[in-house]
Amino acid sequence: MSELQDNNILLSVRDLKVAYRVGSKDVMAVDGASFDVPAGAIVGVVGESGCGKSTLVRALTRVLARSARIAGGEAFFEGTELFGLSEPDMNKLRWRDIAFIPQSAMNSLDPVYTVEAQLHEVLMQRGGMNRKEARQRSAELFEMVGIEPQRLRDYPHQFSGGMRQRVAIALALTLEPKLIIADEPVTALDVIVQRQILDQLKELQQRLGISVILVTHDISVVAYTCDKMVVMYAGRVTESGDTATVLTAPFHPYTMGLYNAFPDLAAAGGVLTPIQGAPPSLISPPPGCRFAERCPFCQAACRTVVPALIEVSEGHNTACHRVAEAADLRVKAAATETWEANA
Amino acid sequence: MHESLDTQIESRSLIKQFFDSLHLPTGDPFAVAGLIIYAAFVAVALSADVIATHDPTEILYTPAYELAADRSPGQEGYILGTTSLGRDIFSQLVYGSRSALLIGLTAAVMVALIGTLVGLLAGYFGGLIDTILMRLADVAFGIPFLPFVIVLAAFLEPSIWNVVLAMALVLWRDTGRVIRAQVLTLRTRAYVEAARVSGSSDLKIVFTHIAPNVLPLSFLYGTIAIGWAILTEASISFLGFGDPETISWGYMLQDAYASQALSQRAYYWFVPPGLCIILVVVAGFFISRGYEEILFPKLKD
Amino acid sequence: MNDTVPTDVTASDASAEKALVTVENVRMHFRVGSPLAALVGGGASVVKAVDGIDFQLRQGESVGLLGESGCGKTTTGRLLLKLMEPTAGRIGFDNQNLADLSGAALSAFRRKAQLIFQNPFEALNPRFTIARALNEPIANAKVPIGERKELIIRAMELVRLSDPEQYLDRYPHQLSGGQLQRIVMARALILEPSFIVADEPVSMLDVSVRAGVLNVFRDVREKLGLTAIYISHDLALVRYVCQRTIVMYLGRIVEDGPTEEIVREPLHPYTKALVAAVPIPRPDQSHEPLPIGRGAPDARNPPSGCSFRDRCPLAHERCAIEMPAPTRVGERLVHCHIYDE
Repeated sequence: MSELQDNNILLSVRDLKVAYRVGSKDVMAVDGASFDVPAGAIVGVVGESGCGKSTLVRALTRVLARSARIAGGEAFFEGTELFGLSEPDMNKLRWRDIAFIPQSAMNSLDPVYTVEAQLHEVLMQRGGMNRKEARQRSAELFEMVGIEPQRLRDYPHQFSGGMRQRVAIALALTLEPKLIIADEPVTALDVIVQRQILDQLKELQQRLGISVILVTHDISVVAYTCDKMVVMYAGRVTESGDTATVLTAPFHPYTMGLYNAFPDLAAAGGVLTPIQGAPPSLISPPPGCRFAERCPFCQAACRTVVPALIEVSEGHNTACHRVAEAADLRVKAAATETWEANA
Repeated sequence: MHESLDTQIESRSLIKQFFDSLHLPTGDPFAVAGLIIYAAFVAVALSADVIATHDPTEILYTPAYELAADRSPGQEGYILGTTSLGRDIFSQLVYGSRSALLIGLTAAVMVALIGTLVGLLAGYFGGLIDTILMRLADVAFGIPFLPFVIVLAAFLEPSIWNVVLAMALVLWRDTGRVIRAQVLTLRTRAYVEAARVSGSSDLKIVFTHIAPNVLPLSFLYGTIAIGWAILTEASISFLGFGDPETISWGYMLQDAYASQALSQRAYYWFVPPGLCIILVVVAGFFISRGYEEILFPKLKD
Repeated sequence: MNDTVPTDVTASDASAEKALVTVENVRMHFRVGSPLAALVGGGASVVKAVDGIDFQLRQGESVGLLGESGCGKTTTGRLLLKLMEPTAGRIGFDNQNLADLSGAALSAFRRKAQLIFQNPFEALNPRFTIARALNEPIANAKVPIGERKELIIRAMELVRLSDPEQYLDRYPHQLSGGQLQRIVMARALILEPSFIVADEPVSMLDVSVRAGVLNVFRDVREKLGLTAIYISHDLALVRYVCQRTIVMYLGRIVEDGPTEEIVREPLHPYTKALVAAVPIPRPDQSHEPLPIGRGAPDARNPPSGCSFRDRCPLAHERCAIEMPAPTRVGERLVHCHIYDE
């Protein structure tokens, strides 16, 4: 993997490990994740709750819970290794180069100040603008995310959920970052608002040429929004690549299963097929492939040897022992009986 | 399996359930110290007849029929000496623990019981019941506690039970309010609604789904009430409104004060009951602190 | 889709004998803010969570109640189960008026009408074992102790929990979300109810286990011939389990009809936007721009006339003056002035 020399790669994450201290044990919430974010692309990080997707992206901003720490790996942002930076240097990078949109925008907004005051604070303190410039810029930002500038004087609680999420996007855009990390930005929203926010993100990404990492559990959101996707399962990356290829020709059984389990409004009839069982406990993870327990194609080696993330085609990586048979497995995975047999 | 399921459903030991739901704060060293102090006092109070060397109210004489008054500790075998009326201080102290615990525990039970009931009913049913009970609590909040006990003692015979009665009449207000607030959030829990849908009656819901969650809270207020009761009884007795028939630590202090023990430097007379009061109250405080950490974990940081 | 009986959707249709649930002009208004605030500056206001809805559920029908958060769908579900009393209107269940039920009649109703909760992690008392949780409804129904175990096991098998005995002594926190939601369903089904309200039963579950719970719901409902309301904001899920869908917006019904028709060709402008907004989990799918204005529904301050008109791309003067009445279009009822002219 020599993307480091590649000018088009904005962020390259290599073998990232994040550990949580639970009692006297380290629990690896992210256990060796590698992926790239090309400049000007939207990358979706998908997985179920507890798979480590949120921890992963929070580690990239180095804002983690007190019990968590980065236990290994590297992340190169425009060639700079993020985890080796001093805290003041990292702090300079936040907002200016890497901005974060949390799931609940309400939590990132201070309820006692107007939205304008909060935008001004970032613009003046971090962006070095004077009050007049800050005022002009905040109005621009609000227009950019589709809110009337007169609402700048409002307090966070006066905005609806969708509006707040727009404010959070405006806040993330204040210093024209190169990368926006959005952690489940539309999860709490209704479909119509969700669609509007996603459209907004796409439009801004195209207009400003920024990159976005979009964390979500919803593969339909990924299909709609993202150029590339990273599938995570139990702390590991199981598959990554162009959204179109990963979804139409998946190489990992988990991706195949996830796709079967998802309701598709455009497909008539159809049966949803669940994946049997539940994700393994990260406190004592299984020795081999972490999906082995639930996988209908599991073999002896899967339970003992950790599959490596290998490139199956240009930019498409999969961690599965049976990649060579993927075409065959895809056919079998499409049948409901395959997944029931494992029960 | 048939039997085991049924017994498990129907008759899981109530006592065990009760202790489980108390969540004794055994993780906190201070609380454990408090529990040990309590246990020691309870042991002393229960075996007072065995431990005490004399009848605490008996006026003691030397073999020469002289009043055995104002003996200092150790003198003539009186462990803590005697009072100026010739009564054995150690025995008084031992019997004092009995009345202290009696008052403390009954007051605690009354306060916890009434407060919990009020809180449960007001919080769960709301509406008129809530309004009436909470206005009553407001009235109780307006009553100055110590004068109230004195007035009560004036109307009734002086007795240690006045303190218990006064506490039961007044101090349920704190427990009631706090538990009501807790119940207000508990009753919106989905599983409470689930119980309604499954046909459980309101009373059943209150006692099986809600009460177990507030029990640690009532226990916290109970432990606080123990200290309060002992302190109040001591104050009342010290002020001279106490029960002259019952030996309590407060009575001992009053006795020592009236006999000018301080100017006679008879520390052995008033320091031990004072220490005992402090110990029991502090132990109660430690236990309640341990509970608070269980109930409101944020205090730890 | 496989609906052979013609869909009688109007409340006025003379099909009362076939209808299990009848909802007539039901309103649920909540007062928000304190009376003091009202004196000072109109702080108190009335939120019309449900503002005049009419529909009927026929025996054995499964109906989706679809809408955004705050549209009144959850309140409607609560009203149907008599978990709250409506401000106005009448709800009939099995030819009885819900408002009149009390005592033994209410207990009988509680046995027949059940709720499946949105969040399985909260729907079970954390202090109760699974056996105790499942015992609660049957104990309330005075089922003899000797018969209870069999009922419990049968209910757990019905929701496809394999080896049910293993769960009996466990506590909710020892189970996964999918298992918990099956327990919640088993609890709802244990007394063989005739009517079930499912309030977003899979929204808290992970995608990989959702399908399992949905399949159980669908199969059990068909097997037992249950009448069901499935409350959701997700049309794709509603389509999976319901033949008929009622779309709500700001406390009112905007469209009511066979799900397949609504998905294929939505009539009401709001339904059109809703259908267009559902993301498709396939990358090749083309998405059209949303036919809806910006903004969000404001339940405290809905517009006059049609409550959707401030976001509606087709709104005209009449929409501001007159509230649209239900108009029959094929098998559907649409509340929009486009169709009643």
